[in-house]
Amino acid sequence: MTSPATTKERSARPRGASASRAGQTSAGWLFVAPSLVLLGLFLLVPVLMAAWVSVSDWNGRGSPFAGTVAFVGADNYQTVLTSEGGLQARDFGTALRNNFWYVVLVVPTQTIVALSLAVLVNRKVLRGRGFFRTAFYFPSVTSSVAIVLVFLFLFAGSGAVNKVLGWVGINGPNWFSDPRGVLHLLLGVVGIDQGPAALTGNGFLSITWWEWLAGPSVAMSALVILAIFTTSGTFMLLFLAALQNISGEVEEAAMMDGASGFQRFRLVTVPMLRPTLFTVLTLGLIGTWQVFDQIYVGTQGGPAKTTITPAYLSYTTSFASQNWGQGAAIAFILFFIILVLAAFQRWVLRERTTVPRRKRYLTTGAGR
Amino acid sequence: MTAPTLPPRLEEVTSSSTTSSTAARRSNRSAFGVAATYALLVAIALVYIFPFLIQVATSFKTDGDASINPLSLIPQTWTSATYQTLFASDLPFPTWAMNSIIVTLCVTVGRVLFCSMAGYALARLHFRGRGLVFAGVITVMAVPGVVLLIPKFLVVNQLGIYDSYAGMIIPLLADAAGVFIMKNFFESIPVSVEEAARIDGAGVFRTFWSVVLPMARPALITLVILSFQGSWNELSHFVVSAQSPELYTLTKGVATLASGGLGQAQQFPLKMGAALLMTIPVAVLFFVFQRQIMSTAEGAEKG
Repeated sequence: MTSPATTKERSARPRGASASRAGQTSAGWLFVAPSLVLLGLFLLVPVLMAAWVSVSDWNGRGSPFAGTVAFVGADNYQTVLTSEGGLQARDFGTALRNNFWYVVLVVPTQTIVALSLAVLVNRKVLRGRGFFRTAFYFPSVTSSVAIVLVFLFLFAGSGAVNKVLGWVGINGPNWFSDPRGVLHLLLGVVGIDQGPAALTGNGFLSITWWEWLAGPSVAMSALVILAIFTTSGTFMLLFLAALQNISGEVEEAAMMDGASGFQRFRLVTVPMLRPTLFTVLTLGLIGTWQVFDQIYVGTQGGPAKTTITPAYLSYTTSFASQNWGQGAAIAFILFFIILVLAAFQRWVLRERTTVPRRKRYLTTGAGR
Repeated sequence: MTAPTLPPRLEEVTSSSTTSSTAARRSNRSAFGVAATYALLVAIALVYIFPFLIQVATSFKTDGDASINPLSLIPQTWTSATYQTLFASDLPFPTWAMNSIIVTLCVTVGRVLFCSMAGYALARLHFRGRGLVFAGVITVMAVPGVVLLIPKFLVVNQLGIYDSYAGMIIPLLADAAGVFIMKNFFESIPVSVEEAARIDGAGVFRTFWSVVLPMARPALITLVILSFQGSWNELSHFVVSAQSPELYTLTKGVATLASGGLGQAQQFPLKMGAALLMTIPVAVLFFVFQRQIMSTAEGAEKG
């Protein structure tokens, strides 16, 4: 970057508009024009248009800007969010509940699995590391539609997974048609079949606390496994890159100080992976709140609506029920949720400027 | 086992900083550790690979065989019925494949061209408003894709390109991440060659086309891989941008098989075969450019 040509150009620039500079301005705009127009037309304009639709009573016919379409204020948001919204609000509450459990299970698990795989294949003297990386990463490149089909077969009532479970004496469920909540099932084992009145009587977003506590349904659990299977490879590569950036000297120094393998991992490697950990958690969070393909292909929201998610509900509300205003409102609420959670996570995982004296050397090592 | 009997490779694992007696004890432990690691890796790899093996095997089974022996990797009777149904029946599988090819080729070519142009301009050309344009690109990158599902339909519909190739292809050409990748790449290569070309009297376009682009090969390959994989596997955009059966892509068409839309309620061999065929192009791309893909994903982090 410090070639003589650059410095000459830099020093020449402030002196004014030469012919080549004018040429660069028009060429520059010409070069960015196609991308700029496309991004504006299909990313910016849609957001603005959906913002209008979410506060209008457009029914899908004609243009949303036609004179017959009226402004209805926050009505659509109210229908979705408050208990007076009836079925629609119940569906939205259920969708949030489903997606919440999906996120809670998928994000930590995929992060831990990805990190473990990365540590395992990062060994300096590992035969066939290329093979292992390929094996772990391959599910990430295949189409979600194809993977869902394979999982529908594997998790079928008399499918491969239940066959394997049968070897160890477990009578596997009929995965994709089982709406029972996993937490409710666990509570049922210890004899709790009915929630206390405090939980069944009150609720949040039109469904009771007891329903929130159902946990993911058995069907959703299969989708959780699917998500971990398909994303852990991608995140493994991110961790792998970060691991390879940790210099051998740091490891050696820790080894000289007598740190055991696990201590080295916990006190040296993990703190240095902090930026990557942040990336993986954020990408995971954003991705899992957007789950759509798997639902559209695999379950269509069933059984008993236990796999509808806000993204899928936004689609069916608009396209199937023709309630475009509500569908757009759901999309905006989802957008808001993702923004807030990403900001929250950023705050939780921020680099603390004041750290306990004991840990200070670690943080300075990680804060690159 | 004592230290000398260990293969030299294992010796490397143990630190040379310890004395020889502890080294011997250590290598015993690490020999066990290495074996355990391999066992663990092989077990996990089996879990990751087995679904695909079952998929391949099942596509050659009969319906009954598939449901009775879902785990076996060898069909009781080999049959190519699945593939005959996919290619020589009234199932419009070839149409879906053709649509996927058309859309993927157009999107890949378009994205590579537009993203490299924009990336080059943002990295190299000095023009008023450049900072603003780049800030805009970064901002739209942050909008989650699924949130745009309904909004994109609204615009496609308003523009009158709903249910057409144009509606399926043009919105996918907008790729902020691609612009970002290309900008980063162009900033990483020395500017001197371009300067030389410019001093020789080549205009901006000529410099870009015959000097810059050939140098950008690694980044272009990355972009081709990402665009191809992205548009080949795309589902949600096609769901909202078209509805005619003649415009179904593989993702959309095979998805209808899953829900038994065409009466294929339990025909698992057919579903596995269809899923397998639609995986092949991406798999080929993956194995051809494996090294590149691995470093692409790693590079994204370093970015």
